[in-house]
Amino acid sequence: MAAESQHPGRRPLAAFYDPKIRATAYQLVFLLVVAWGCYQVALNVSANLENQRIATGFGFLTEPAGFAINQTLIAYREGDSYARVFLVGLLNTLLVAGVGIIFATVIGFLVGIARLSPNWLLARLATGYVELIRNLPLLFQIMFWYLAVLGALPHPRQSLSFGFAPLLQGLAEKLSALEGIGVPALLNSVAEWLGPPGVYLNNRGLILPEPAVTTGGMVVLAIFAAGVVAALWLRRWSRRRQDATGRRFPVGRAALLLVVGLPLAASLFLGAPLSMQAPELRGFNFVGGVRLLPEFVALVIALSTYTAAFIAEVVRAGILAVPRGQSEAAAALGLRRGHALRLIVVPQALRIIVPPLTNQYLNLTKNSTLAAAIGYPDLFSVFAGSALNITGQAIEIIAIIMAVYLAISLLTSVGMSWYNARIQLAER
Amino acid sequence: MSSAAPERSYVSPAPIAPRVRPRGAARWRTVLSRLFAGPLNIVVTLLSAAVLATLLWPTLRFLVWDAVWDGASRVDCLEEAVGRPIGACWPFIAARFDQFMYGFYPEFQRWRVNTVYWAGLLLLIPLLIPSAPFKRLNALGFFVVYPAFAYVMLVGGRFGLPFVETRVWGGMLITLVLTYVGIVASLPLAILLALGRRSNLPIISSMTIVFIEFWRGVPLITVLFFATYMLPFFLPGDWSIDALVRVLIGVTLFSAAYLAEVIRGGLQAIPRGQFEGAAALGLGYWKTMGLVVVPQALKHVIPGLVNSFIALFKDTTLVLIVSIFDLLGQIRSAFADPNWATPVTVLTGFAFAGIIYFVVSFAMSRYALFMERRLNTDIRL
Repeated sequence: MAAESQHPGRRPLAAFYDPKIRATAYQLVFLLVVAWGCYQVALNVSANLENQRIATGFGFLTEPAGFAINQTLIAYREGDSYARVFLVGLLNTLLVAGVGIIFATVIGFLVGIARLSPNWLLARLATGYVELIRNLPLLFQIMFWYLAVLGALPHPRQSLSFGFAPLLQGLAEKLSALEGIGVPALLNSVAEWLGPPGVYLNNRGLILPEPAVTTGGMVVLAIFAAGVVAALWLRRWSRRRQDATGRRFPVGRAALLLVVGLPLAASLFLGAPLSMQAPELRGFNFVGGVRLLPEFVALVIALSTYTAAFIAEVVRAGILAVPRGQSEAAAALGLRRGHALRLIVVPQALRIIVPPLTNQYLNLTKNSTLAAAIGYPDLFSVFAGSALNITGQAIEIIAIIMAVYLAISLLTSVGMSWYNARIQLAER
Repeated sequence: MSSAAPERSYVSPAPIAPRVRPRGAARWRTVLSRLFAGPLNIVVTLLSAAVLATLLWPTLRFLVWDAVWDGASRVDCLEEAVGRPIGACWPFIAARFDQFMYGFYPEFQRWRVNTVYWAGLLLLIPLLIPSAPFKRLNALGFFVVYPAFAYVMLVGGRFGLPFVETRVWGGMLITLVLTYVGIVASLPLAILLALGRRSNLPIISSMTIVFIEFWRGVPLITVLFFATYMLPFFLPGDWSIDALVRVLIGVTLFSAAYLAEVIRGGLQAIPRGQFEGAAALGLGYWKTMGLVVVPQALKHVIPGLVNSFIALFKDTTLVLIVSIFDLLGQIRSAFADPNWATPVTVLTGFAFAGIIYFVVSFAMSRYALFMERRLNTDIRL
């Protein structure tokens, strides 16, 4: 107040020099500009829609969609509603992302560990893989697998077959020089005993044996699930007991018995109810079995090999980030190498690996939208492709798709911050 | 006192010689010992060699030995006609080369594209060499003057140059235009977004966070679809907006969000003392940021920025999904040409595209590595 009375002339400007008032004023102006922009956009949108006579709203979701989809995980017929189309597409996206994530993780961990191998050649090979894959565009790789590799595959009659039997037969052919001691004949008879491989690859896709569902099979599956639950409970119980009393329990062997032994015994008792129905070549195509679309196969190969190169780098960085002193200290405490890895090194490496790994999973899921380029019916290509073309509801459809991917991203990041908070080092 | 019991000393009495990287024959001996130490290691080496040979040998045969180097039509690339196994059909690339580079840009105007390419290279190369002089002038030329020059040259309609629609642009031209605009237009926006995210003003920081996370949360194709199909609805009805410009807007917003996060990392690494020093000198917010903080932050994150540019360069291929034919799109459409329909056409096209994409991305990633090593010498974080 004293300052004000000394400089009465500056009073009107004094408020403008107050940082708090100034900050509020700036923000209000910013907010007004943004709001005005949004209002203009809304005006334009409604005027344009009226001019082009496009109905707004999500009413189209209940209307029948007049197109077929060549891979559906749930029942779908031409003429089902667009809401159903959305669900079919979403499930297809989740399928390709899920399968891709499993393969990418396996390949990524293998390559990442191989890069750290003491073997010079193996380390170089893994480095070459990472450099090659990371420096080529993903869309290039997807189209390469789809057009150049799967497009060049033979017709169903000349399908490539995979499995031990064709491998043995091929080996028998190569070893025909050993005819005298009967090696090829032995290999062939083993191959015959194994039966047809049941896995075929041709230009119509990848054909796998289909599991036959029987009541006995369901019982065995139920026993397997119960075994898994029991093993998890057993692990918790033994850890608590060890913490309390120091007595140890052979959890590994017991869990193996519960998870593998019990279902195996049950299936032997019930007379091998779990069987695979192998596909058979009849005429020009296969009957029975599960056929995976070539688009699906190309997309899974490209997405998993591409993401694996990034996961390999994440894994390598995570392992290198655990200081040597940690494993040395573990050795000094008398832990065996396996225990030191499992109890000391891996948990610390995982703390570093998991957040960027989740990020890679998210990238893979977002990248699965490139399916649109080769025509795999994922959410993006059935909804933003076919449905958008037919209904013309560009704004609603793109908004729905963006919302779905945004929701997946946000859920993942919420999960990650929860995980980070849980595993954070308790620093002094 | 210390000399009385040297054996108890915890400090090494003599300096330990630094480990030197073995050279020449010694180096090869180390490599060999890492290949054939122990039975398991030998097995791993043999398996790796087998994998390498089965991958490398057919690739080299396809690209070089079995390749057809000159020819006039598909007949020269047919196994039945030539009578030997056929690798890459390079005449196919030669015949289509102009289309891969310029799309359907009018033939007699292609010198304009070439001028733009050469001018860009002349400005870019000294910019990348840290010791080259006139950095400020050079940067001004590359980031401010060059876009205007390239715009006039490529679009035309001024100075006696005939107008060329963007509809006929294609191939490498589109790839480079998208990459360049994606970098140059999004960088200033990204700096503003990064500053906004670090701002003390709650409304500004929360709105920038929403903006950044929105674009980072959605796949690029949805952004391209948004730009192609939704953006026209947002503008007044009598405005028409070029298809390429729409895609450029989408790419710029998308890459600005990613670059903003990279730059934010650099801003966070600037010590408090820098802000306090600037405040002590009486600098206001914009002067503090523009003269003190942002230049240092950008220098810290050059490797991260280059990595984002590589990602952008690779992502430009996605525009073929919204019917703009970049290099990959032109190559794919060339597969349908009946004059060059052979069993090796598709693989040849992929080999050509793959070499170009790999060479550019790999060179950029090596440059990022080089800058990282160079910058590491004067940064202590």
